[in-house]
Amino acid sequence: MQKITREQLIDKAVSLLSDGTVECVLGWEKGQFDYDITPAVFNDENELRENFVWNDFCGANFSKYLVSKTRKCNGKMLVFLKPCDTYSFNQLLTEHRFDREKVYAVGIPCEGMADIDKIKAACGDGIISIDASGDKLNVHTLYSDEPISVSAESVFAERCMNCKSKKHVAYDELLGEDGDVIESHRFDEVAEIEAMTPDERFAFWQNELSRCIRCNACRDACPACTCEKCVFDNPNSGVENKAAANSFEEKMFHIIRAFHVAGRCTDCGECSRVCPQHIPLHLLNRKFIKDINSFYGDYQAGAEVGTRAPLVDYTTDDLEPGEVFERGGDNA
Amino acid sequence: MQINEYKPLIVAFCCNWCSYAGADLAGNNRLNYPADVKIIRVPCSCRVNPMFVLRAFQRGADGVIICGCHPGDCHYTSGNYFTRRRMALLFSMLDYLGIERERTRVEWVSAAEGAKFAATMNDFTEKVAALGENKRLEDLRCKR
Repeated sequence: MQKITREQLIDKAVSLLSDGTVECVLGWEKGQFDYDITPAVFNDENELRENFVWNDFCGANFSKYLVSKTRKCNGKMLVFLKPCDTYSFNQLLTEHRFDREKVYAVGIPCEGMADIDKIKAACGDGIISIDASGDKLNVHTLYSDEPISVSAESVFAERCMNCKSKKHVAYDELLGEDGDVIESHRFDEVAEIEAMTPDERFAFWQNELSRCIRCNACRDACPACTCEKCVFDNPNSGVENKAAANSFEEKMFHIIRAFHVAGRCTDCGECSRVCPQHIPLHLLNRKFIKDINSFYGDYQAGAEVGTRAPLVDYTTDDLEPGEVFERGGDNA
Repeated sequence: MQINEYKPLIVAFCCNWCSYAGADLAGNNRLNYPADVKIIRVPCSCRVNPMFVLRAFQRGADGVIICGCHPGDCHYTSGNYFTRRRMALLFSMLDYLGIERERTRVEWVSAAEGAKFAATMNDFTEKVAALGENKRLEDLRCKR
């Protein structure tokens, strides 16, 4: 259950709209079901009161939407940012992807977002609606009169189980209280895979990546992927096919996708959230983050505006590529 | 004579200013290195995009080696420093995906090191040949 309420957010948006600070609002809107929430732009109070949604499924990271949406808005745009979104916000500012002057950022606390697939696994299909009370989610389904109650923590999205920060690193105004950076265990799973033998690792990734249907959702949702012309849309890239002709294509796609955001990835977890095939894409990004931290010193993309990403920087006594394997223990 | 004797295919990306000249020197000095090594000349080792490495594997290479000027000697001042970071991360990622780590290498070879070039290529080819065919990262359509 989120600490801040929908009404508080609407009131804030309405007051900023009415005093002319902002011209439009980037918020969440209900999709077909209670749990498929999509980002939407609201222009007036009526739209907000009618369609604005704030619940445990508002996972979408708005930072990327600012790149295209602020161009269409003449005045300022109000955007609600959860703590992890603010890292992407800073990273995009560092890369000059949108105009800071055109954005009014309101930081909102986040208590962790729910993963609908975990709820479906726990409660079955036929979900009509979901409401929250305390730290429980009550799931109303077609097949039972009584709502099924699950604890919010048990159905957290993967990224929220390993939340790295409840602290907002960028905002114009903050609603509620700011949290702290959290000691997370987000690299544990990466370390587990590293500890496998090469054959096991290959089998693991073959199993995960072969499910890829090349829908490009991970690319489209990623706040670090903001190129307007993408290498994967190039018909000569060899990986533009929808249906992979062989097992290598999706591996190439995922290695390159992760590599293109290496050093700029804030680990917001959007890639894994949007993946329709439930491929743990964050494990590829986290591997790069873990490597960067251990090779070149701790670096959190987006923690500050204007820092140089590790891959566009160097020192004269960097680690040699051959030394990489000597460091990580020997399990070849 | 064995007709089906396995020969690895090695792709070597060599920078124009140091390693390519190093390969030339190896030739001039009549030093032997395997003919399985196919050299691709690039303006600088940092021209090698991670996609080039993967594409080489996709098209059937068994090993990929990137050669550039020694750190500090780059013709463009800092190119090979970027190569060093990129390839360290890329190789670590390939290892993470279960690709044999001996299939990739970065070696710094200057224009004066013809002997080092030949020795490096001999050693690398031997290691890759010992691993055998690259089954994990090849594109079946492009089979030789």
